[in-house]
Amino acid sequence: MVKWYPTEDVQKVRVKRANKPTRLRGGVSPGQVLILLAGKHQGKRVIFLKQLEGGLLLVTGPYKFNGVPLKRVPQAYTVPTSTKVNVSGSDFSKINDAYFAKEKENAKKTEEAFFAPKKEKKPFSDAKKAMQKSVDAGIAGKITDPTVKKYLKTKFRLRNGMFPHTLKF
Amino acid sequence: MAQTRFVEIGRVAYVNFGPESGKLCVIVDVVDAKRALVDGPVTGVVRQQMPFSRISLTEFVLPIKRNQTSANVAKSFDEHEIVKKWGNSHAGKHVASNVRRASLTDFERFKLMAAQKKKSLLIKRELKKIKPKH
Repeated sequence: MVKWYPTEDVQKVRVKRANKPTRLRGGVSPGQVLILLAGKHQGKRVIFLKQLEGGLLLVTGPYKFNGVPLKRVPQAYTVPTSTKVNVSGSDFSKINDAYFAKEKENAKKTEEAFFAPKKEKKPFSDAKKAMQKSVDAGIAGKITDPTVKKYLKTKFRLRNGMFPHTLKF
Repeated sequence: MAQTRFVEIGRVAYVNFGPESGKLCVIVDVVDAKRALVDGPVTGVVRQQMPFSRISLTEFVLPIKRNQTSANVAKSFDEHEIVKKWGNSHAGKHVASNVRRASLTDFERFKLMAAQKKKSLLIKRELKKIKPKH
């Protein structure tokens, strides 16, 4: 039986399915301590807050402990540990992907502008500093154990005889 | 130093390699120069041949006969409280501590490191007191 072909070429309609955010691996839940594997904050132990709509993980140091601000991190660049911290006293529901969007600058690309001395870097917005403070207050305030504080301050480090595939986190 | 622990019928051995690793077993018979027939009914080692390279001899020997039945090996094992004695022995404690170390979580490893540093600092302080100054 010969296959039937239409006389005109018909484009096959492909149904675009909505992307689901990446599955959280290792049973990660809010308050879990993660180890960052890449970037400026390599090795630092941070606290996971929530997964954002785009799939990235929202984490915070807290900033006072290890200098990690409210930050988006891809899951692949983290290692979840079994330690959990209480984050119920912290409100981070307003933070989403739009919070991290870069401010658009209206710069006309003219020759003068190109050769003009570079503008100073914009200072970190006060609103974001306030948000950082309020989110961290709810977390850091609840950490009473000095060992946990030290733990979050210390970087993760591999030493002789430590092999990641045998380590339990 | 000459050999003090011999492969003999009734020698309790610790399996250090393979699927049965970590368990104690008893040498019930010798197959050839390289293999023994071992049995560990109490510790979960099925009666099987085992190369000598996979086992370490412990200090304990059971008074069993060659090819003793599993049930009687178990009886003798329990009578002599081998599990308890192994747990209290130097080698047994070392094995247990290695197992514990391997199961430490990241936080526990950090606590261990902090405790180690504290201990070493105390030792250094005392040593400084004793050491003569140049």
